[in-house]
Amino acid sequence: MSDLSYKVIVGLEIHVQLATRTKMFCGCALSFGEEANSRVCPVCLGMPGSLPVMNKQAVEYAMLAALALHCEVASFTKWDRKSYYYPDLPKNYQISQYDLPLGSGGYIEIPLEGGRTKRIRLIRAHLEEDAGKNLHTAGSFSQVDLNRAGTPLLEIVTEPDMNSAAEVRALAVELQRIVRYLGVSEADMQKGHMRFEPNINLLIERAGLQFRTPIVEVKNLNSFRALERSVAYETQRQLDVFLETGITMQMGNKSTRGWNDADETTVLQREKEEAHDYRYFPDPDLVPVTTTPEWLDEIRSRLCELPVARQMRYVGEYGLSDYDAGVLTAERATAEFFEQTVVAGADPKRVCNLLTQAGLKLANERGCDMSALGIAPAAVANLAQMADAGTVSATAASTILQAMTETGKAPELLAEEMNLVQTSDAGELERIVDQVLAENVQAVEDVVSGGKKSKKARGFLLGQVIQKTKGQANPKVVSEILDRKLS
Amino acid sequence: MSLDELTAIDLRERIAARQVSSTEAVHAAFEQIDRAEPTVGAFISLFRDEAFARAQEIDRRLAAGEPVGALAGVPVAVKDNLCTRFGATTCGSRILENFHAPYEATVIRRLLDAGAVIIGKTNLDEFAMGSSTENSGLKKTVNPWDTERVPGGSSGGSATAVAARLCSIALGSDTGGSIRQPASFCGVVGLKPTYGRVSRYGLVAYGSSLDQIGPLAQTVTDAALMLSVIAGHDPADSTSVDERTAPVADYVARLDEPVGGLRVGIAPAFNAGADESVRSALDAAIEVYCGAGADVVEIELPHIDYAIAAYYVIATAEASSNLARFDGVHYGYRTPNPADYVEVYSKSREEAFGQEVKRRIMLGTYALSSGYYDAYYLKALKVRNLIRNDFVKAFERCDAILMPVAPTTAFKIGEKTDDPLKMYLSDIYTIAVNLAGIPGLSIPCGLDPAGLPIGLQILTPAFSEDKLVRIARMFEAATEWHTKKPAIVG
Repeated sequence: MSDLSYKVIVGLEIHVQLATRTKMFCGCALSFGEEANSRVCPVCLGMPGSLPVMNKQAVEYAMLAALALHCEVASFTKWDRKSYYYPDLPKNYQISQYDLPLGSGGYIEIPLEGGRTKRIRLIRAHLEEDAGKNLHTAGSFSQVDLNRAGTPLLEIVTEPDMNSAAEVRALAVELQRIVRYLGVSEADMQKGHMRFEPNINLLIERAGLQFRTPIVEVKNLNSFRALERSVAYETQRQLDVFLETGITMQMGNKSTRGWNDADETTVLQREKEEAHDYRYFPDPDLVPVTTTPEWLDEIRSRLCELPVARQMRYVGEYGLSDYDAGVLTAERATAEFFEQTVVAGADPKRVCNLLTQAGLKLANERGCDMSALGIAPAAVANLAQMADAGTVSATAASTILQAMTETGKAPELLAEEMNLVQTSDAGELERIVDQVLAENVQAVEDVVSGGKKSKKARGFLLGQVIQKTKGQANPKVVSEILDRKLS
Repeated sequence: MSLDELTAIDLRERIAARQVSSTEAVHAAFEQIDRAEPTVGAFISLFRDEAFARAQEIDRRLAAGEPVGALAGVPVAVKDNLCTRFGATTCGSRILENFHAPYEATVIRRLLDAGAVIIGKTNLDEFAMGSSTENSGLKKTVNPWDTERVPGGSSGGSATAVAARLCSIALGSDTGGSIRQPASFCGVVGLKPTYGRVSRYGLVAYGSSLDQIGPLAQTVTDAALMLSVIAGHDPADSTSVDERTAPVADYVARLDEPVGGLRVGIAPAFNAGADESVRSALDAAIEVYCGAGADVVEIELPHIDYAIAAYYVIATAEASSNLARFDGVHYGYRTPNPADYVEVYSKSREEAFGQEVKRRIMLGTYALSSGYYDAYYLKALKVRNLIRNDFVKAFERCDAILMPVAPTTAFKIGEKTDDPLKMYLSDIYTIAVNLAGIPGLSIPCGLDPAGLPIGLQILTPAFSEDKLVRIARMFEAATEWHTKKPAIVG
């Protein structure tokens, strides 16, 4: 066994629900958690004689996403009918895109540790309508809720370029960040806005020979956790099965498994890939879409710097940690706010601390994004500069930030009002330091002797000075005076 | 009064002038229905009470001096594959026998806005699949000229209703000749507009890229009037044409203005396949145009022999997909005791679809199947393009093409039901027009030795309906054939 090595190979199919106001081919509002069959009309019910009309906003969102994912956007695309019978599919065909997807090729850069990235190639990105939901709540029969039927979905298919559960998760998280940045999807996992279907197998090397395990597709995962765990579980399971049976990938032995969230295992759904014949053909009810260069340019103008690029830039340009850069770029609003404060003159690291420690907490509490906190980036930059200059302490700055969101007052004014201005008057502080030193002879001795207790004693003296000034002494200045006097 | 005395446009004018009331007109319609409908069987449903209520409302509005539309008070029949909010929309199928649409077709909305009184919905071949109305799963309709013969199809009910004067004017739908052929068999005018001219929203689809709604009428003028009411862009139908590209005209306004310097095209080799009586009527019709100063040019339609084959691939492929929704799950007939959900599908469809519908679903499913798509569907689309180009080329040399509507006059009931291919071949003259998407009109042009009506088919380029009706009107003005009526009219 010692000469065995393996790597997992994963490709993903991802469905992203677009944040349009209405459905893909009718005027019904998108919905979540509404009364069953209350957001439906003859078109999304597939009533005889009804006809679909394309939602232009959905196409533009898909174009924007395709551009951001570096896809080639088709200059001519069309709608195809994909035929299969299922009770949640009212027409018994789904309107999708077959041989001319809106986006082809492309890639997503996923962040790895240490500021590195990995490029995951995409095969295609196309638009389609969602099906309804079959409900199995009643006794001897099932019910169908068609509120979701006709919801616009962007289906993204990757190449099998991921080689660990962590990479798969990173891709999913990155895609979520991208579509949220672009505003094309809310990408709310709880609402099923992103659904994943990984195709997983292993490449095993043993005694100089290579083996590939049969591909498993895990259906309908709707959380990052389930996605990551299912890949990890499948990796181990496929290895175990291979070691036990030696079965390798062959034509027709791809299987489909479901995810059991309770015991975190995958369960077999279909042993063999069924030979589906979807009988695709162009939908005669819809006209093809020509994406003119002018239209594409207009959409391109709505693009922004993607989160991973931004994150890398924050690390490289501003010297932020991976973690902080990741936090700041998770939401477009946070990143843009951060950059505006930097432009207004704030030190990136200082304002990063302010925003990640106080700003985001406030935004979270209030369920809004940074730009809706009611504070101007320029004012936050001022506050950061005050903290840098020692006019206020870091803790005081956080307190002032919160007060700014509540009162709308300028940070200078609040610092005064709240008595948070630090004393940096060297003469005044020197007098207090002398007083403290005189009152604490033992501690002074400990510091001067330089023994084990030295550091602790120095901290104690510093604390005494701060306390005497009721917290308004600038620790930096006090520290300098102490150093001078005790050296 | 009797509906036989007045065309729809005359009736509309008398009603508007309050010389005749809508109530009287509707009364006349139902009097004739009570007399002749038991014999001909044109209607699947009749709305007697609703029609009188609506007629009274129109009369009230006229009395009050309120504005009314272009068909105010006129009794109209519509094919039962057009969705209405009132009554059932059956498509002549047991699977939709009790289906009540929760919405209405755009053409129905336009009819009602124009003040029309819809008196009933007419029989058809199930889902408009057929050429004789014998494929209806619900009703038998006979030809008013000879009750042993078929009325043609699939709009056989509408053609019969107009020919027997059970209504003033009717709507049908035409996928491969389903307006023009029954119009020919029943001696009335039938007009299939250009694909995209009339909204298909609410027309239960058979072959979506071929289907088009149009009028069946006593005269060209009535057909033009109805077209003016129903034509135009509809945001609910993406395939309905933008009026900036193809403006809708008032088709009645210039109707009596003959087309000067008219060149009519004929394809003698193609026409040779028709019966002797049909060919002589066509020749006589060409003479009529010559007499009106037209030049005759010979044209070629080199790919037209492939039209039927291409049509039965494209139409059935689309139908197999369009009819997939009739599954017993969401609406319509559901098998009473399914073992599982797959049986809801298979048994509901098996029990409620008729033989011809099943045949076409099978054909279309086969044509779209993996491995056959290129050989059938894709090739048929190529043929379709060639045929479309044939017509474009032909129209470079002429303004209108004249040809038979059907190779024969109305055939006997049961004559072709055992031989589907024979039935399909009877559509030889009408099918290519749907593939090309161009408008076509059928107008009475003679009677065969048995006294059965013969139709003349006139074709013009896409979106030239204004010219088409004027050219047809030239023929009508010079002949008396449109005044011939079956004995049942009385």
